[in-house]
Amino acid sequence: MNPKATQINAEVLSNKRAGSYNHMVFAVDGLAAHCRPGNFVAISVGGPTSSMVLRRAFAIYRSAMRSDGTGLLELVVAPMGSGSKWLASRQPGESVDLIAPLGTAFGIPKDPVNALLIGGGYGSAPLFALAETLKQRGCRVDMVLGASTAGKIYAPLEGKRSVNSLTITTDDGSAGTTGRVSDVLPDLIREHETDVIYSCGPMAMLEAITKISQSFGVVHQCSVEESMACGIGVCMTCVLPVEGDDGIVRMTRTCIDGPVMDGNKVLWTTSREIPDGVWGK
Amino acid sequence: MSLNFSTSLAGAFFPNPIFTASGCAGSGKELSQFFPLTSLGAVVTKSIMVKPRSGRATPRMAETPSGMLNSIGLQGPGIDIFLEKDIPWLREQGARIIISIAGESVDDYAVLARKLRSVPGISALEVNISCPNVENRGQVFACNPSTAAEAITAVRRNIGGELPIIAKLSPDVTDIIEIAESVVEAGADGLALINTLLGMVIDTSTMSPRLSQKTGGLSGPAIRPIAVRAIYQVHAALPQIPIVGMGGVSSGRDAFELVLAGASAISVGTATFGNPSAVINVRDELEEICNARGFTSFSDAVGYAHRVES
Repeated sequence: MNPKATQINAEVLSNKRAGSYNHMVFAVDGLAAHCRPGNFVAISVGGPTSSMVLRRAFAIYRSAMRSDGTGLLELVVAPMGSGSKWLASRQPGESVDLIAPLGTAFGIPKDPVNALLIGGGYGSAPLFALAETLKQRGCRVDMVLGASTAGKIYAPLEGKRSVNSLTITTDDGSAGTTGRVSDVLPDLIREHETDVIYSCGPMAMLEAITKISQSFGVVHQCSVEESMACGIGVCMTCVLPVEGDDGIVRMTRTCIDGPVMDGNKVLWTTSREIPDGVWGK
Repeated sequence: MSLNFSTSLAGAFFPNPIFTASGCAGSGKELSQFFPLTSLGAVVTKSIMVKPRSGRATPRMAETPSGMLNSIGLQGPGIDIFLEKDIPWLREQGARIIISIAGESVDDYAVLARKLRSVPGISALEVNISCPNVENRGQVFACNPSTAAEAITAVRRNIGGELPIIAKLSPDVTDIIEIAESVVEAGADGLALINTLLGMVIDTSTMSPRLSQKTGGLSGPAIRPIAVRAIYQVHAALPQIPIVGMGGVSSGRDAFELVLAGASAISVGTATFGNPSAVINVRDELEEICNARGFTSFSDAVGYAHRVES
């Protein structure tokens, strides 16, 4: 559980289209001081008479405290389903019911390391604040952003400035290298002598990255995405098989023991079965 | 005018009639971050089984209009670890506890009851005989009067003492009154109405069922009229048997509706997923409504929709 999780009414301060996404800023008071790269928020959608009964989860793009004590929270929203479309159509002055910060954050090394940050689609959202934090610690930060097509790369200019190198991949070749992030990964790890990989994006991408990180013996912290009903640890829907410190693999809640997890401890599986060896199977 | 907002279920006292719903409150710890558990009438635990259970593979849930499907598969640590870790923590919080149990065989229910007979600090036992998530549809005890009664009999014979037994029934039956009468005869002191209904969502882009196990339990406001109907029917048939009502309650108004139908207490489940403070809001709103409607005692409102106007 994130001990700082708080439920508030957050006013929309701005909402701007950015490529295929909406960049939204919310007023969240002192709560912003507790948000770390990797944490997420859960927002109630559709208004009080909505037929959408579940919250929507979004990775925090940025958070900041202003000098007057108020706090800002920024999100990158992909208006795909009816819930995120509703959110993306909120105008400045309107408020939403928001719980933050939720979940685990990316671990920040004490000493400078060579970090490689990998984002798939809007999964890049939490990586820019992470890049800045890592740079402040003296880390080398390289970034790979991949998506199906150029319009789905979320890479604002300030993000580009905060990294040592930026590599783009698209499935259709409309920007950067044609292919997937995993195609360019081995060369980048060798070239930049990567110590730690940070990733966020679709599960298949995270699994592919894990295979490569394991072959190189590189640490891999990934932010996973599993369909989630509550975001606060009570519904038990967002589980993944994850090996614990005791060596036992349990179905583990990605909302409170994640979303940032050790990729090497996740039993990645695409089958709709509980893998053998999971506790209680 | 002050309202007596307390309620009782077969001799068990609760300072207010709003409970969590089984499987919708984690271990209690998760919600205690948002409000003290003592502010609830009771915490109803997830349904605990004899052995640890991994539950189902994902996807385990799908949102539906005014509701959701879930197929958790009763993930849990098993009764021994549960009694060692979860229950002492809940007791330390001062929470009133209703333990929910579920079994795959009549013997499981007997084993669970024996493990619970000497556990202190428990207000009541909910016997989940209706979870539609168990692998074999034919094994749902609650869908047959005799198998439902067998499960309750196993608990009654092994629990000993005064601990009230609340049988949780499925609405996926032809005649819920017949099932209710059968479990009461077998020794149930109260009834919990209703569990989820079995449903399915097919993803039209993949053209396959959305959930890994294909079917799941439907909950949320979509099922509330079914809960109201089931509670009303059973309360009319068995007016002396207390009912814990649940099914799509997300406001005080919704809770009041179930109370009027005959519920002596209300569990809030799916609403908690959308709003962690839903259960507290429901409590406050229901108290306000009972006051506004002129009731001096909550118990006077129970089953009020059944009154015969002269």
